[in-house]
Order: sequence, then C-alpha cells, then structure tokens
Amino acid sequence: MSTNIKPAGEGARPTQQHPTQQHPTQEHPTQQTRELRLAEIRREAESSGKVVGKGVRPGGAPFPQASPETGYYGIPLLKEPSWTWEIPLYFFVGGAAGAAAVVGSVASYTGADRKLVRDARWIAAAGSVISPALLVSDLGKPARFLNMLRVFKPQSAMSVGVWTLVGFSGGAAAAAFAQVLTDRYGPSFPVRVMEQAGQAASLLFGLPFSNYTGVLIGATAVPAWNENAADLPIHFGMSGLSAAVGLLELMGNHKSRALGALGLGAALFECWEGLKIETRQAPALEPLKHGTSGTLTRAGGLLSGPLPVALRIAGLLSGSHSLRKAAAVSSVAGSLLTRIAWVYAGHVSARDWRVPLGIGKGV
Amino acid sequence: MAITAFLTDSTLCIGCKACEVACKEWNAVGEDGLDWSGFSYDNTGAVGAETWRHVKFVEQTAEPGFGGNSPEMNSWSFSSDVCKHCENAGCLEACPTGSIVRTEFGGVFVQPDICNGCGYCVVSCPFGVIERNEQDGRAFKCTFCYDRQKVGLKPACAKACPTESIKFGEIEELRRDAESRLAQLKDRGMEDVEFYDASDSSVGGTHAMFIVRGDPRQYNLPPNPVVPTAYLKKAWRGSAIGALMLLGGAVAAFLADGDRR
Repeated sequence: MSTNIKPAGEGARPTQQHPTQQHPTQEHPTQQTRELRLAEIRREAESSGKVVGKGVRPGGAPFPQASPETGYYGIPLLKEPSWTWEIPLYFFVGGAAGAAAVVGSVASYTGADRKLVRDARWIAAAGSVISPALLVSDLGKPARFLNMLRVFKPQSAMSVGVWTLVGFSGGAAAAAFAQVLTDRYGPSFPVRVMEQAGQAASLLFGLPFSNYTGVLIGATAVPAWNENAADLPIHFGMSGLSAAVGLLELMGNHKSRALGALGLGAALFECWEGLKIETRQAPALEPLKHGTSGTLTRAGGLLSGPLPVALRIAGLLSGSHSLRKAAAVSSVAGSLLTRIAWVYAGHVSARDWRVPLGIGKGV
Repeated sequence: MAITAFLTDSTLCIGCKACEVACKEWNAVGEDGLDWSGFSYDNTGAVGAETWRHVKFVEQTAEPGFGGNSPEMNSWSFSSDVCKHCENAGCLEACPTGSIVRTEFGGVFVQPDICNGCGYCVVSCPFGVIERNEQDGRAFKCTFCYDRQKVGLKPACAKACPTESIKFGEIEELRRDAESRLAQLKDRGMEDVEFYDASDSSVGGTHAMFIVRGDPRQYNLPPNPVVPTAYLKKAWRGSAIGALMLLGGAVAAFLADGDRR
C-alpha cells in the first residue's frame, strides 16, 4: 500500500523557527478542520489504498529542534524566579521605607519641620513591619524565617539584606515608638536616648536598605538583571526616594522645598535611567523593551521620570499644590510599577534560552 | 576523603532513563507531570525540583556510517543531565540560611531541614538546576547521593546505568578517563565530540562532566556560565553610590532649605 501523505509543511525535517514550547501558536486550519481532513484521508486510504492531495499540518508545527541555533528544543536553560507577588511589593515598601528613614533622620539632624520628621518615622516604621511580613509570607517554609539569621554570608546579597532589614526594622520601630511615648508623656531622658539611637540606626541601615534589592536581583543568573547589576541598586534607591518623597508630600508635607528638590532630583535621575536602558543595545535587555514586560517597564519609567518632572516644574512655575500632589501620586505609582516590571522582566528573561547560550539576539 | 565526580558520556547513553528511575526510587523524588511535550521523545524537558537526573534526547541529522543508520533516518544522541555540582556554586553562595553546603566529596548538598524556601538559589543557578517544589516549599536538586557516598556506595544513577555512560569516581581519574575516551572516539572518526566541564568559566569547573557530540548548546549546556557572585562587586559599588546620592541629596536639600525651625 503506497500512501502519499506528507505534511503540508516544507518537508520531513521541521524548519528552524521560534520554538513554541511554551505557547503553541494558534494557527489555521483549526483543530476541527484538521480532524475533518484526517477523517477524509483515512476514508480515502481505506477505499483506494492511496491518498492524493495534502495531509494535515499538526498543531504546534513547525516543531522546535535541538541545535546550536535553537538550544535544546527551546526549553529554557534557566529557572524562572519562584518568588510570588510579595517580592516586588517588598522591593517597593523596603525602598520607600529605607529612603524615608534617611530623609527623616537628615531632616531631624538639620532641624527641619517636626511634622516631616514624624511622618518619615511613620513611613519607616510601617515599612519595618510590612517588609518582614512580606518576606516571611513569600517563603516556602514561613515558619523557618529565622533560619535566615543562623548565618551571616557577605557573599549572599539576601543574607546581607536580611541582616540589614533586621537592623533597620529595630531602629525604625524604636524611633517611632519613642515618638509615640514623647507625644503622649512628654520628653524624658531614656526616651530621648531610644529616639536618637533608633534614628541613627534607621539612618545607618536605611541607606543600604533603600537599594540593596538592586544588588539582590543584580547578582543573579537572570540576564536582564545581571546585565544591569551596576545600575540596579542606584535605580532602585532613587525609585525608593521618589516613593518616600511622594508619600511624605501626600501626608501633608507638600510645602517643603527640600522635599520638592529631592523629588525633582530623583525623578530626573529616573529619566536618565530610562534613557540609559532605552539607548543601550544588548540581547539581555530585550525584555525591558518588548512585550508586556517592556510595556510595564516603560509605563513605570514614565510615571517615575518624565511625568513627575513635568508636573513638578509646572507646579513650581504656577505654585499649584495640586500639580505637586499629582507628581507625588505619579512617583509612588511609578516606583511600585517599576519594581513589578523588573521582576516580571526577570521572568521573561529567564525563559529566553538564547542569552545564556549565547545564541542570536534574544527574544 | 576522595573528591568525586560524574562523567556522563553521551556516546554511550542509550536513552533508557534507568538513571532517572533509579534516582527517583532511591531519593523518593516525586512525580513531575505526565504530559507529552509533543515535539520530541523527551517528555520531561529539564532537571528540576522533581527531576534530578534527566535524559536529553537530541535528534541529529542523518548520518550514515554511525550505528548502521539508514541514510534517511535522523540519528539520536542521548545525554543524562544532572546538577553540575559547580566548583564555585551560585546556589551555595546565594543561600542565606547556610542550608546549601559543600560536602566532603566535593558535591553541593541542600540540607532539607534548614532550607526555608526563600528561592534565591533558584535565580542564582547558571545552569537552571535547583528549583523550589511548590507543594513542599523548599528547594531541591541532586544530592550527589550524599547518603550513599557516605557509606562508600556509588550514586544510584551511576549504579543503575547499564552502559556505564554515567561514570562515577575520583575527579582527577575521571578527567584522565575523559581525555582518553575523547582521543579514542576521535581516533574512530567521531570528530565532533566535546568535553564539557565549564572549567574555563567563572564557575571554575563542575563535578558533573559531560562528553557530548556536537555543539554543547544543543544540550542546553551554556558556553560561558557565570557564577552570580561575579556581579557582586559592581552591584555593591552601585549600592554605595546610590546610598551616597541619597544621603548627599538629603543633606544638601535640607541644608539649602532655609525654611527651618
């Protein structure tokens, strides 16, 4: 019995194309028409012993291949991050809290408005509670969080980060608690000591805490992250400052000129960071420019950089508080979106086998 | 204690997956999905939390003369993949709990009673080996059969391999074996054999070495794996710059602001 069934494609050997292992492409003809055609072929073969005409192209064809150009069937070489939604949120909260502690401490030392100092303490203290909660909740075994504190490993950014978080949380919580005590019972010497010690600790630990998450993801095997290892900490630090300034302004400190200058500076830096990413060409950076992850990154960048810059300048020129508050809202949203975008881009990047295998130009 | 290693010779592998089965049985590793990949006879795909040994099926173009293939038939290479047990192991360096340790045999071992499932090792492995088991919460990978090695036994996969494609032994000895095996294969006309142990990368060599046919990239073996600690210096420098910018900016802004009390 001689049959003449050939795939409608180019031949027996599948062509080299973007492997579709993750998302088989929907193609025409549909599954149903393929099945109909298969039934026809079977009938024809049964009756005449021979089939004329085209066969069917199987769903998902052309199939991925293992080759020096396509890797191992396009199956990702790296594993995607297993982190859940808590982690980008933690990056945001930690960044804002760390920067708020620094701003608040410096404001306190330079004798600025007490309300600003107090509000910054609240933000830092809230962050010192929310951050560990988010971290613990992301763990596969939350009950074992304290295992993080059985060693200190300088070569592990996460170990350094957890110890920084411990120092920061202690300091920020102490400063805020001292604030509560002072407000309620008036100043006293032991409370002042606690306040000063807490404030110093929150400044000292707040500096690395505001940006170490950039080191955390920069020093990984994920190409989109490690390609930016040098820039990510600065970027995340300035993003944290934007968020801290925005939150402080929204809490009623929108007349502080120092905050306005810090907010403008941070937003200008975010513009610069965005320009840098957009103008640099590297296969590892593709997830930051294309697809959903690229859209998220750009949206986060616009909300963190150009938009607040424009709003702040317009606010300065017109003296409008509402423009400044709009800039604050934009900065806070931009900071959160930026962290989400970076984590998401890491997922996309880990799925791209081409960068770690040194193949082609990336997705 | 002897420093040990695997030498996995894909020219001897027949794709029987006895290593996968032996590994799962000895280590009580869970089932990892019974799905068809739909494009090759490899339905497992990659090593992961529930797959510590994984046989890769690399289809290659017709090659008359080797193994009596008909000229129209594609030939197959099989290669049993496993945790590379790097000399500079990204997972080990990244682990914040100290759960991941170097054993006396040179392997990289995750202590399951300490791992808290933070997932930092997952993004720190340049070979995409270690993975968090989402049901259990902790990270898992090949243990190098630490329990078996402790009592002088071969790892289960090497023990089960019917063709000695997976060799286990003292690392220097295996390196010499690999050298002579490569010479032997080339002598027989198999010119495209490659030895892979990543010793020329920042990973600094692996305790799972491979002999593969053709470009190692088609086995998902990266040509230049980078241990992520290599990025630490510039990342922490960035962190220091970021901290200085934050502190300097805040000091400048508040000092310049005359509107103080």
